[in-house]
Amino acid sequence: MTTLEKTANVPEPRSADDASTPLLEVRDLHVEFHTREGVAKAVNGVNYTVDAGETLAVLGESGSGKSVTAQAIMGILDMPPGKIPQGQILYRGQDMLTMSGEERRQIRGRKIAMIFQDALSSLNPVLSVGYQLGEMYRVHQGLSKKDAKAKAIELMDRVRIPAAKERVGDYPHQFSGGMRQRIMIAMALALEPDLIIADEPTTALDVTVQAQVMDLLAELQREFNMGLILITHDLGVVADVADKIAVMYAGRIVETAPVHELYKRPAHPYTRGLLDSIPRLDQKGQELFAIKGLPPNLTRIPSGCAFNPRCVKAQDVCRTDVPQLHQVTEPDGAALPGRGSACHFWKETIHG
Amino acid sequence: MGRYVARRLLQMIPVFIGTTLLIFLMVHVLPGDPIKALWGDKAADPAQVAVLRHKFGLDLPLWQQYTNYMADLFQGKFGETFGGRQVSDLMAESFPVTIRLALVAFVIEVVLGITLGVFAGLKAGKAVDTAVLIFTLLVISVPVFVLGYIFQTVFATELGWVTPSVQDSEDFTQLILPGAVLGSLSLAYVARLTRTTISENVRSDYMRTALAKGLPRRRIVGVHLLRNSLIPVVTFLGTDIGALMGGAIVTEGIFNVQGIGQQLYRAVSQGEGTTTVGIVTVLVIVFLFTSLIVDLLYAVLDPRIRYA
Repeated sequence: MTTLEKTANVPEPRSADDASTPLLEVRDLHVEFHTREGVAKAVNGVNYTVDAGETLAVLGESGSGKSVTAQAIMGILDMPPGKIPQGQILYRGQDMLTMSGEERRQIRGRKIAMIFQDALSSLNPVLSVGYQLGEMYRVHQGLSKKDAKAKAIELMDRVRIPAAKERVGDYPHQFSGGMRQRIMIAMALALEPDLIIADEPTTALDVTVQAQVMDLLAELQREFNMGLILITHDLGVVADVADKIAVMYAGRIVETAPVHELYKRPAHPYTRGLLDSIPRLDQKGQELFAIKGLPPNLTRIPSGCAFNPRCVKAQDVCRTDVPQLHQVTEPDGAALPGRGSACHFWKETIHG
Repeated sequence: MGRYVARRLLQMIPVFIGTTLLIFLMVHVLPGDPIKALWGDKAADPAQVAVLRHKFGLDLPLWQQYTNYMADLFQGKFGETFGGRQVSDLMAESFPVTIRLALVAFVIEVVLGITLGVFAGLKAGKAVDTAVLIFTLLVISVPVFVLGYIFQTVFATELGWVTPSVQDSEDFTQLILPGAVLGSLSLAYVARLTRTTISENVRSDYMRTALAKGLPRRRIVGVHLLRNSLIPVVTFLGTDIGALMGGAIVTEGIFNVQGIGQQLYRAVSQGEGTTTVGIVTVLVIVFLFTSLIVDLLYAVLDPRIRYA
């Protein structure tokens, strides 16, 4: 593809033997918002990595910092009021936070693309979808209007929008919710990026369409061997597509695990609470479990473990010491790869 | 679309008849006898007054005057002034002058108003924004004749950049000063309106998408933001064209522009019904058509709007 030749000034394109440096690595990322009410600490030291072809699901309540982290990676945070006081975001080993605005723009859309939650408001209402899709090729590859339109039709076909040729000139409001989300996916996919960040891509859709859209996304990801960061609060969506999960609470990762291990044996009381609050058919008629209390105010995060006011297992140490992300092991001490828990009592939580 | 236009055109007929009738009645109730006033302070000769009265049809009942006038109008005859000139000639002479003036005012208003609005909107809450808000507030609160005389004194008399009055209305450089005065109020409104819609839209989700697509800032603002933000501004601008043409009376007076405003002022003060009604009729038509064009333009700018 010509895409790759035209991007000599950005890091090397994906290659199979490039195993040493991860595709994307977030290191100790902090994000705060300076508001009139004080400093809201939205992200407080997040670390994660995504490799090519891998799907990382970031799970958490509203306000847990999962979207803010994604926006920081994309470089679309509103700054000010947003501020990144410390941390690194490495794309193929290069820190994007130290790049110039133009370098970052070259990466946006071309190397790292994003799918937003509400496709109706995220697409421009006064421009045809063909124009909005074709814009990717016109801006990044310098294609003519006509060629870009042909490419747009091709893209719409690829995300299985029926009668793409006839609909290329239609406007976002003329499509159904599922079709609109497909257009968003097509737009993110246009330049075959290395990494796609999907911020709650199915939240605004009804359940049957959710499954279709997720399947499509997973299939395209396999086809292009892309990394995928899937931001969601829907545990059901995650189980099918993700490879590994990072659970966030109050701007920190409280638990990481390969996807099925997390469901089987959560190592953090918050994760356990989330899993317990999934409605289950075999407990029909019983009261639904809910985690007590509300997510913390980000301008006044509780001391110690941020989850302590809502935690059933909280002890004195939880109110004073911030727990580190401990390596989770089997009872005999054998390390469980990829598992971590930021709980003082992770052993009790997972094993007893 | 075709049906919509047809319906709008049909709707213009009652509006047209209504406005002309209203103007006709209003001219009639103006105090003083326009024929007697032709003699000034001297005593009028009753015989000659009667002759003139008959000549202009003023001896007929009012409803007959109106129907006669309308009948003439549909044949394209606007009638005569007291001085014996054809009103149509008068308008053919002065309308182009006013159109040129309105055009200059319109261009100043659009270019400056939108530019100021965009800068203020993008920097909402910053110094640029505050400066634009204060500037527009000043312009809005100062009456146009005050502004006119200030501009005339400063730029023409003191600095000598331009002539204080317009000698040749075909020379656009002479029209810049009166154009700026005429367009100043609308300019302020356009700037404020643009600022509001820009600062609202700049936070919208599709702007975030445009950013995430890696588009250059020029394109994000110029294509994605402006297309959405200018919709209400275009509406205002459309209705303003009519207002600029009809509202130039004061400005034309200050800068001695021989336009339609001057003629209208003269006609009203002399109680010359035919001229007054003729000019106002044309202005009404201009207004109706510009608002139709704006409504049609709406659909071009915003595809979500459909005509039924």
